[in-house]
Amino acid sequence: MDKFIKHTGSATPLRRSNVDTDQIIPAVYLKRVTRSGFEDGLFAAWRTDPTFVLNDPAFKAATILVAGVDFGTGSSREHAVWALQNYGFKVVISSRFADIFRGNSLKAGLLTVILEQNDVEAMWRVIEAAPLTQISVDLDSRSVCYNDVVLDFAIDDYTRWRLMEGLDDIGLTIKNSEFIDTFEKRRPAYKPATLPIRV
Amino acid sequence: MALTLAHKIWAEHVVRAAAGEPDLLYIDLHLIHEVTSPQAFDGLRLAGRTVRRPDLTIATEDHNTPTLNIDRPIADPVSKLQIDTLRANCAEFGLRIHSLGDKDQGVVHVVGPQLGLTQPGMTIVCGDSHTSTHGAFGALAFGIGTSEVEHVLATQTLPAVRPKTMAINVEGTLKPGVTSKDIILAIIAKIGTGGGQGYVIEYRGSAIRALSMESRMTICNMSIEAGARAGLIAPDQTTFDYIKGKPHAPKDFQSALAYWRSLYTDSDAQFDIEVELNADELEPFVTWGTNPGQGAPLNSKVPNPAEIEDDEARGAAERALVYMGLEAGTPLKKIAIDTVFLGSCTNGRIEDLRAAAQVIRGKKIASTLRMLVVPGSARVRLEAEAEGLDRVFLDAGAEWRNAGCSMCLGMNPDQLSVGERAASTSNRNFEGRQGKGGRTHLVSPLVAAATALRGTLSSPADL
Ligand code: SF4
Repeated sequence: MDKFIKHTGSATPLRRSNVDTDQIIPAVYLKRVTRSGFEDGLFAAWRTDPTFVLNDPAFKAATILVAGVDFGTGSSREHAVWALQNYGFKVVISSRFADIFRGNSLKAGLLTVILEQNDVEAMWRVIEAAPLTQISVDLDSRSVCYNDVVLDFAIDDYTRWRLMEGLDDIGLTIKNSEFIDTFEKRRPAYKPATLPIRV
Repeated sequence: MALTLAHKIWAEHVVRAAAGEPDLLYIDLHLIHEVTSPQAFDGLRLAGRTVRRPDLTIATEDHNTPTLNIDRPIADPVSKLQIDTLRANCAEFGLRIHSLGDKDQGVVHVVGPQLGLTQPGMTIVCGDSHTSTHGAFGALAFGIGTSEVEHVLATQTLPAVRPKTMAINVEGTLKPGVTSKDIILAIIAKIGTGGGQGYVIEYRGSAIRALSMESRMTICNMSIEAGARAGLIAPDQTTFDYIKGKPHAPKDFQSALAYWRSLYTDSDAQFDIEVELNADELEPFVTWGTNPGQGAPLNSKVPNPAEIEDDEARGAAERALVYMGLEAGTPLKKIAIDTVFLGSCTNGRIEDLRAAAQVIRGKKIASTLRMLVVPGSARVRLEAEAEGLDRVFLDAGAEWRNAGCSMCLGMNPDQLSVGERAASTSNRNFEGRQGKGGRTHLVSPLVAAATALRGTLSSPADL
């Protein structure tokens, strides 16, 4: 995973609440067996509408998505995160994310930033008026800055550290394998196993 | 220390805890399907890793499989590749798989419980948000993304932060014709699609205790629609009786039972939040909008967005009515339906089919609609056929299909077309969920059956 320390770019305002994962990427686009190429499915149903914000040339260069409340509800499909990343987004800002989506994004290196709803609305107004407004998202100082506005955001130390180091979770866990070995030795025998197959 | 059930199970599965880090949690059962696993297996191969516990892993094919002509090759080459990839991955890593045509193939959340692999006190994960279904057994079960699927395959553990707990107390007695689907739809309408966020919900109270296992699964299944990652119900005699005799029920049932009986929330444990619901007052509930929180009693009307105070909710309701093609003030029972879908991991189990068949037996479905009946698993299908339920549906003019997710999501060939309106026993009414442009009303199996007969949203009481 690439390290994430600070990202600066322009943003797209997505003035919708409850954007579920079926909107982010409809199920028909989930058939690929790779991690790339999902950008064609991003907001697929809405992109056929010429007035949809992603179709607005003013926001073409955007790498930050400023979304409404409850972004990423619904399914666990990590394809939703990949679609956003494949399309070119590095950061999504919202006042509330669905749990699984947020977990997936932080595992895959897409930074999801939680700000107050009124700060999100203020950002919408600014970027709608001036689409090229540069926004800096700094994980090191846990802050979002644009023009003369500075907004702090919370993220737990561990996740921040992992993202800033670009570390792979699995590698970190494998370092603790002896804990897993010990745990497995005391697992009760009545716990079910899928093998051998019983019918 | 006094603990809630969720925290009890959590504590028993902590492999390693360190200050400032998420807990490392042991996973007792990992369920896999074709959509969210290919990239995880690729990751394993790239890093030269193996599957740590093939014996705690099981795969099936469900999302992307057809429900007709399952003996023929899958027509869509991209879907076929995804299924073939799962089969090849399971062969390469030595994993158990139930493929199309096998009697244990089916929706992953129907398969686990029916095999007896889902048991109280376990941690269960799957790359699918409706893993919460298994919480009905008093297991801590939650959906994960593909990166986490890879993590579990490689290590049989997951780093995770201990969730908060919410109690939803449902006291009272359900009226005839009111089901667990109505309970959960009413809960979501009450607490909202974000209401459960960050919590594990424990469903409690006399109305929950009175439910069968399958009805409990319907409730836990839709916990995610309230934003919660997991929902659970403390195991009791109903749970134990259900597991007994299933293929993977513990051989040493007594030892297991002794442990299972310890799985309850301590009387002095504190939930972070408690919500009350009166079961006596519940009625059949349906959704009118495009998220599962936009629901109302079937006897009411399509709400008027202008009367909604909250700006966000009003805007969402306005957009939903446009998408759904509905006018504020229309009685819900006047809404004409094109397709009735009975199935999914929410309501595709044998009890659901029996309940709907009971309503439909000896009658004909309305000539203005089609009805798809899709058993949740091949086993459910065989069981239903042994009871003659397939004949009940076929004689009424419905279609009797093979097992799978089917029309629950617009991925396999079973999809709504643009503007087509469904009464669906599934769990999500998002825009395009059942096919691009399709419109979904979430309903219980009883409402689905009555709607099929009358052609408009209806409950058995309207017949
Ligand atoms: S039946 Fe629907 S909700 Fe359940 S696993 Fe399949 S697609 Fe997901």
